Amino acid sequence: MNCIIIDDEATARTIITQLCTQIPNITLKEEFSNAIEAIKYLNQNDIDLIFLDILMPDFTGFDFIQTLKNPPKIILTTSDSKFAIEAFEYNCIIDYLVKPITLPRLEKAVQKVTAITASSKETSVKETQDVKSDNHLYINIDRRLIKIDIPSIYLVEAKGDYIQLKTETKNYTVHSTLKKIEEKLPDDLFLKIHRSYVINIKKIVDIEDNSVLIKKDVIPVSRSNRPELMKRLNLL
Amino acid sequence: METPNLNYVNQLAGGDTTFKNKLIEVIKTEFPLEKAQYLESFKAKNHKLSAENVHKLKHKISILGLEKSYKIAEIFEDNLKEGSTRDYEKFDTILETITRYLKTL
Repeated sequence: MNCIIIDDEATARTIITQLCTQIPNITLKEEFSNAIEAIKYLNQNDIDLIFLDILMPDFTGFDFIQTLKNPPKIILTTSDSKFAIEAFEYNCIIDYLVKPITLPRLEKAVQKVTAITASSKETSVKETQDVKSDNHLYINIDRRLIKIDIPSIYLVEAKGDYIQLKTETKNYTVHSTLKKIEEKLPDDLFLKIHRSYVINIKKIVDIEDNSVLIKKDVIPVSRSNRPELMKRLNLL
Repeated sequence: METPNLNYVNQLAGGDTTFKNKLIEVIKTEFPLEKAQYLESFKAKNHKLSAENVHKLKHKISILGLEKSYKIAEIFEDNLKEGSTRDYEKFDTILETITRYLKTL
């Protein structure tokens, strides 16, 4: 489990760092004395757990949580038990440790995180399987959920914070990522051929050098994805 | 007045002298800065900021095993939040006790 510490107090960071070395499934990646620096780091790195102080100058731990779109699991660390009620308002907060922190108490908190993470992974896998077997996908367009027949999708293109979904009948622009939609699409039908494109391999018209013609779109195939594409084709 | 001790630090270090010395050094560096920040805020009659400074100092007080002093600090922090400086003498005594103790380490 990759984790970071956010605490403006060096003493607290030193203690948590030492305790983390004694917990086997914890890898401490970084520590920050302010939340702003941590936000920049989280935009570029995948972190499973944050040890977060609440009272910090300028930007509190709660302010910090509110800036995160998909917060990782959080263990609050504070010198005060008075914030416990507020902590319950955030689903990402798994435990609440009052300083000075001891090893048994930290171990217990990490065990909670491990158990909750395992449980949510099981749920997520089941949901994905259900969606994949259903052959339909719902996308959110202007607060309407539109049902899309998955086999009708022939191309998905990443466009910044959005993806464009091209189907037999219509194209849709959705606020999502290529990674998220890939998880929803059946692996036997769809393949990522480039960092910006996922295609329906049944809809390929032809392949030439490092590009694929799919409907009327010519899509580049990256060198690293080409072997997998060739493997999936019914070659003579 | 209770006496500061290193029970928590020793328990945390579990015989790791390098870590123990490192932690003591961090405390010895950080405590005077936090104390100075508190004294400055208090002198400026910025009670909200003083309360935040006391909050931060509470961790050092608890690390050094000063349980009764921790409770005094909690009350003083609440007083400051309400705009009162009641118990500041008691809190000053705690800070001075810690200052003297850290010099012996």
